[in-house]
Amino acid sequence: MNERCWIWITAVENVPPREGRAVSVAGRELAIFNLGHRFVATDNRCPHKGGPLADGIVSGDSVVCPLHAWRINLIGGKVDRPGDVTECIETYPTFVDNGIIVVGLPAAQASKEAGAAA
Amino acid sequence: MGEERTMERLVVVGNGMAGMGCLEQILKYEPSFHVTVFGDETHVNYNRVLLSSVLAGEKADDEIVLNAREWYEKHGIDLRVGIRITDVDPVGRTVVGDDGSRTPYDKLLLATGSSAWFPPIEGLDLDGVFAFRTLDDTRELLRRSGPGVKAVVIGGGLLGLEAARGLQVQGCDVVVIHLGATLMERQLDPTGGDYLLEKLKALGVRVLLERKTAAILGNGSVRAVRFGDGSEIEADLVVVAAGIRPNVELGQRAGLQVNRGIVVNDHLETSSPDVFAVGECIEHKGTCYGLIAPLLEQGKVLAATITGRKGPTYSGTLQAAKLKIAGVDVFSAGDWSDAANHEPVRYEDRGIGVYKKVVVREGRLAGVILVGDTSDSHRYMDWMRADADISDQRRHLLFPPPSADAGHDVAQMADTATICGCVGVTKATIISAIHERGVNTLSQLKETTRACTGCGSCTKLCQDLLRAVAPEFEEEAKKVMCGCVPFSEDKLREILRSQRLRSVQEVLEIYGNGRGCEVCKPALSYMVDMLWCGDHEEDRSARYINDRVHANIQKDGSFSVIPRIRGGVTNPAELRRIADVAEKYDVKMVKITGSQRIDLLGVKKADLPLVWADLGMPSGQAYTKGVRMVKTCVGTEFCRFGTQDSTAAGIEMERRFEHLFTPHKVKMATVGCPRNCAEATVKDIGLIGQEGGWQVVVGGAAGKSVRKADLLTTVETTEQALEASQLFFQYYRENANYLERTYDFVERTGIEKIRKDTVYAPDPVRAALLDRFHKSKARSHDAWEEGVTPLHPTQFLPLEPVDKVLI
Repeated sequence: MNERCWIWITAVENVPPREGRAVSVAGRELAIFNLGHRFVATDNRCPHKGGPLADGIVSGDSVVCPLHAWRINLIGGKVDRPGDVTECIETYPTFVDNGIIVVGLPAAQASKEAGAAA
Repeated sequence: MGEERTMERLVVVGNGMAGMGCLEQILKYEPSFHVTVFGDETHVNYNRVLLSSVLAGEKADDEIVLNAREWYEKHGIDLRVGIRITDVDPVGRTVVGDDGSRTPYDKLLLATGSSAWFPPIEGLDLDGVFAFRTLDDTRELLRRSGPGVKAVVIGGGLLGLEAARGLQVQGCDVVVIHLGATLMERQLDPTGGDYLLEKLKALGVRVLLERKTAAILGNGSVRAVRFGDGSEIEADLVVVAAGIRPNVELGQRAGLQVNRGIVVNDHLETSSPDVFAVGECIEHKGTCYGLIAPLLEQGKVLAATITGRKGPTYSGTLQAAKLKIAGVDVFSAGDWSDAANHEPVRYEDRGIGVYKKVVVREGRLAGVILVGDTSDSHRYMDWMRADADISDQRRHLLFPPPSADAGHDVAQMADTATICGCVGVTKATIISAIHERGVNTLSQLKETTRACTGCGSCTKLCQDLLRAVAPEFEEEAKKVMCGCVPFSEDKLREILRSQRLRSVQEVLEIYGNGRGCEVCKPALSYMVDMLWCGDHEEDRSARYINDRVHANIQKDGSFSVIPRIRGGVTNPAELRRIADVAEKYDVKMVKITGSQRIDLLGVKKADLPLVWADLGMPSGQAYTKGVRMVKTCVGTEFCRFGTQDSTAAGIEMERRFEHLFTPHKVKMATVGCPRNCAEATVKDIGLIGQEGGWQVVVGGAAGKSVRKADLLTTVETTEQALEASQLFFQYYRENANYLERTYDFVERTGIEKIRKDTVYAPDPVRAALLDRFHKSKARSHDAWEEGVTPLHPTQFLPLEPVDKVLI
């Protein structure tokens, strides 16, 4: 269950500081953010109305959805604003390998697309 | 009549801060004086300390007034401005004015202040040579300064640097010439002077040290300044700030003992029983004072002496200067020299421009220099005033022990501690004013105690104290824009301008929490663009998505595209291209907008550059806070009622304004007659044609609320109408808060003030507004050009995964 599929996404310079970019992987759309000191990966869907989080304004470790200004913490995926919301977004581990941002998806989810990419 | 005779006649020569400060104290004793005040300037008493703020454009003339005319009237003071007293007859006890008047006195108070000292060089009489001592000097400097003006300041002391900073803010190319090896050597040691020099250089002020000015050259007006070595530099303006000298002539005429200043004793008495003196013109125990705090302290002692309550004595003032030079906080007090028995303690950080030098002498604080961070100055002042034993504070000399909360600092201060060093107001005085006189705001505090009416450096302390003690404290500061950068937008503009900050991240790191959010980042992005006329550091991460990809995000994450169709006038070829694009890119809806344009809805982000390329039309800016469109009617070209060619005027108007950014969207319209078919009266700017001219109206709205636009001006030609529009437009850009529509801005500001500041403003003001407008326009460009040359490789494109591995 703990197996992960690691996906070499893109060169670090393709995600500028304090911005996000969208990427389609294993049938789902991820948002990759450059927080200045680290990269984070989350689902690219606001739990509110599905807004593209990668297009939001980054504020510290959070992003503000461009549609209705929900604020989501990118480390852990908790919704900061509005305060009474308990929903979270999925977050994924990342590391940088030779200047490439690498994101780990749960293997079970990633396997759907494994054949196509192989 | 009987009362008249018994009233003593007090004549005050000098209507400045020292004279009126003393007179305020005298009035507190409710004396039976008939008071006459002579001032050679034509103004009421104003705060001379703040002239530098007037020159820097931070304060208006009327904001630095200390005693308004009503004050003189209320106290029955006979105020005679514009009259210089030229002679004193000590035997006949009469003063003589340059208007020929003779005024008898029983008691004479000389508060003649000081004048600029001019070095003995040629050319001082040329047009364009100034001192920087009076409001009139300042006004004239303001009038003549501006972008490209070459200003030379002779003297790198306190006054010279304040002048330099003001002129630099006004856009002049400033050179400071200083005789000494380091700047401000009366207040700063060489290291402190170096820190200041670095900062000035960074701000673009040239400083020439160890240069002796030999002559000012020119034919009628100033052309250049020549140095001792024969070299020259060009100059359009010269400010001489080489020092001041006390005005002692009247003291001499009155037969008083005069050295450098008019000699006074500890009761502020001169060598003559009927004549008193106060302020910069006096010499007390061999010292002449030039800062505000000593003058007010002297005034208090003299008020007692002159009203027959002789007792309090003046024992000299600890000289301390706290000021902002070129945006750098500087504080200097006491004796900070490296004398043999002095133990200096230093802290230096060039990276952030902070220098502290604290000098201890026999367990007590002898002197301090602070550059870059003066937040601790009151702690040092208290130690020095009290001559406190600071042996147990040695570990906390440079930084106070960590405090628990914001109000801690004031809470820690003793009741006897001085809060306002200029006027000499203690913490206890302020607290009793709060409790006993119902003071709740800073302006009430100023009114009742006069605290914070001098240099203003105690503003924060006063506010902290009010916040901590006043039951109904009201913050008067204008609304803070956002918690991330806790300043009002006015203040932020001032900070960005004076600190020359051109990037959002820099502002957030220096003045904010380093992070910013979706509220302040777009606002600051606008601000740096506007302030530097487009010459800023563009940071797309601080922009809303619409301004990163130049299209309007829709609820499904797709975008809408509205090309610019100037004046709503298009042609068959354009319409064909629009139709082709709509089909090719599977546009979900093609819609005619209310602004006489065409909206293509449902475009994918990755397709935006392709759509723009196929359209071959510029961006209509429908996604941003910027210039939207000019809606027009057909005017004289086709309409049988038309009186003006509103279509051509509207297209020209759109060309002039397009691609510029504004605090909120700006919609415009031009109509050829008062039937108003294109609804100009509910637009941000509207031109309404009439027989023989145009009405220019501003601040209209037909959105959340409906507001009929106010008439800005009526003009004859289209060119004049466009110029008036540009004036208003740029004024709105520079003064409105971010996300404030013109209709809120016009209501808040008032159309009279707007007229006064734009169409009715003096020529240089209007020229400067237009100049900044044109500069911004020259740097602006069609945002859709980024479709061809993206700012970033993945600006429009999603990422493509390169590889994957299953572990």
